[in-house]
Amino acid sequence: MTATEMLQIIGESGQTVGDHETDLTPDELVAMYEAMVRTRGLDERMINLQRQGRIGFYVPSTGEEAAQVGSGTVLLKDDWLYPSYRMPGTLLMRGVPLRDMIANCYGNEADNCFGRQMPVHYSFAKQNIVSISSPIGTHIIQATGTAMAQKLRGTKEITAAFFGDGGTSSNDFHSGLNFAGVWKVPCLFICSNNQWAISVPIEKQTASETLAQKAVAYGMPGVRVDGNDVLAVYKAVKEAAELARSGGGPSLLELMTYRRGPHSSSDDPTRYRGNQADEWLTRDPILRFRKYLERQDLWTDKKEKEATERIKNECNALVKEIEKLPNPTTESLFTDVYANVPPHLREQYKHLVETEGEGHEPDPDAAFPL
Amino acid sequence: MAEITIVQAVNDALKEEMTRDDDVVVLGEDVGVNGGVFRCTADLHEMFGDDRVIDTPLSESGIIGAAIGMSLYGLKAVPEIQFSDFIWPAFDQITSELAKFRYRSGGQFTCPVVIRTPYGGGIRGGHYHSQSPEVYFTHTSGLVVVVPSDAYDAKGLLKAAIRSPDPVLFLEPKKIYRAPKMEVPDDDYVVEIGKAAVRREGTDFTITAYGAMVEVAMAACEKAAEKGWNGEVLDLRTLVPLDEESLIASVTKTGRLVTLQEAPKFCGFSSELSAIVAEKAIDVMEAPIKRVAGFDTPFPYTLEHVYMPHADRVLNAITEVMTY
Ligand SMILES: Cc1ncc(C[n+]2csc(CCOP(=O)(O)OP(=O)(O)O)c2C)c(N)n1
Ligand SMILES: [Mg+2]
Repeated sequence: MTATEMLQIIGESGQTVGDHETDLTPDELVAMYEAMVRTRGLDERMINLQRQGRIGFYVPSTGEEAAQVGSGTVLLKDDWLYPSYRMPGTLLMRGVPLRDMIANCYGNEADNCFGRQMPVHYSFAKQNIVSISSPIGTHIIQATGTAMAQKLRGTKEITAAFFGDGGTSSNDFHSGLNFAGVWKVPCLFICSNNQWAISVPIEKQTASETLAQKAVAYGMPGVRVDGNDVLAVYKAVKEAAELARSGGGPSLLELMTYRRGPHSSSDDPTRYRGNQADEWLTRDPILRFRKYLERQDLWTDKKEKEATERIKNECNALVKEIEKLPNPTTESLFTDVYANVPPHLREQYKHLVETEGEGHEPDPDAAFPL
Repeated sequence: MAEITIVQAVNDALKEEMTRDDDVVVLGEDVGVNGGVFRCTADLHEMFGDDRVIDTPLSESGIIGAAIGMSLYGLKAVPEIQFSDFIWPAFDQITSELAKFRYRSGGQFTCPVVIRTPYGGGIRGGHYHSQSPEVYFTHTSGLVVVVPSDAYDAKGLLKAAIRSPDPVLFLEPKKIYRAPKMEVPDDDYVVEIGKAAVRREGTDFTITAYGAMVEVAMAACEKAAEKGWNGEVLDLRTLVPLDEESLIASVTKTGRLVTLQEAPKFCGFSSELSAIVAEKAIDVMEAPIKRVAGFDTPFPYTLEHVYMPHADRVLNAITEVMTY
């Protein structure tokens, strides 16, 4: 494939396109599909909770499940991930407990980051999932650094950085790919081109015909993939990972998809794109893969119902348990700023507790407007 | 007179200045058709078109660098940084370039860019949508730093900033973007940069505040009044150049100072205020200066309400200076 053609394996009606054969077993295929259903199920539940005011904010990934699951299938346990905020599916596939993700969105005592970040800004060191930060693009060059460290240590691990089309305009996209090309590090740069950066369409983000072709200038392969085709994503990421693992250096992958929902729970896309998203409803990555599996008698309505029910019930049980828990302690405001709490912070904490106890009720008017 | 919010005030100021002066250009992320994520640039795209209301690629250094180039050539660029928390990729362009052009070129080149950016907490935005970065910029010579606290000032100060010959960082307190509406004259007016405003006259103590903290200072004074203490609230409005005269005049009258800011305490703007008072008016002071500020920690998500200074916390400081 070149950086301007687009790799596709499954067509819109679930048929195999061209002569691509997949190396995945029926069980693996079904597991991938179930991961997509799980991702959608989690998303739907969280969007719902946000609408009901039970969590403060959420970023849906509806319509981008193939990109998440296709990549997630390839990466190995010891590989490092620098995720974006729009890929819960990949995180689940890495073995992050659903409970930990929901807890993050509640930001209460159950959250492994003590409610210090907004929802969907996960940190899971155990799974080599690096803490997500809001500033766009910053992690891309960090991934290059980690990949360089992996190379220096002589491991077989690789690193993958995930970002959006908007992220390709950031300074650190440039540094990240430039350094990676020069150092020839085992790093995958995986861009979900969902065609929007909040309200800014891809045409205003770049005059480049494709994002994949930017790879040429950094001296690495660039591949454009149908990002709603989970098998195409899998194949492209797998080839890039094999190249990286065998010392062949980094790759840039552009996964063509579409942000079907709002940018976040605070965004109203009707302000800037009318009902353009409607046509993408029919190009659903889950539906497409389901048709593919049905053609091979690997999936049924009954299994579909069971899978959807399962994730729904899991979410409900966890929400019920987590929602009851109290906020993080006031002390957690002051820990982890440094390795040890320095005297001035100790004094501020002491003064706070002496004068105000454990704090006040949350401000009921506060709501995140973006 | 119309009753408007700060968001509308900013929007009106932009509309009026763009109508008055064809050289005024707005650029940033989502400022076009979307009208800004906070709606501050609503309708501008429709009114002034693609060439003057520009949705940029996602790059803050790009936005500010381009604004500098436009302004060097003679346009009046008014870039928006979507959240001040995302201003850092542009720090180099702002501090080394924007703020220094006039000085380093012996006055030959100037770029009076006005950077608008929402700042501060109170919207449940967690660390990356809540910070108050003012001192990184007040420490930078060559920059004017303005922080309005209500709709009248937001409009008047923004218009003054756009007409100013110097680069201005215009920090918009997003917690009160849609706070109670306020009557604002329909005719053209500006609020002079570099002048503080006394929001409440008092004789017993002074509170300095700016942005969203002004209403907290006012509420604290109401509580103090119940104890018989009559406080004066000085809204700084411009941080650089600072209205030192008003500060010294107020503490000379009251002899007691509580400074209020939501940014972290250590090396905060209030530290400068304290130093100025200590240097120039220590002999009139009847109690040590008290600084009420954010903690020296990153800005939290869940415990935002514990982090943000509130009226009771300010009252504690008032009590300390009044009972010293
Ligand atoms: C440096 C920086 N600037 C601005 C923002 C505000 N912002 C948050 S997400 C976003 C758009 C990102 O678009 P893209 O990279 O395409 O990812 P997507 O949200 O589409 O997945 C913007 C502008 C930010 N988070 N960081
Ligand atoms: Mg995007």
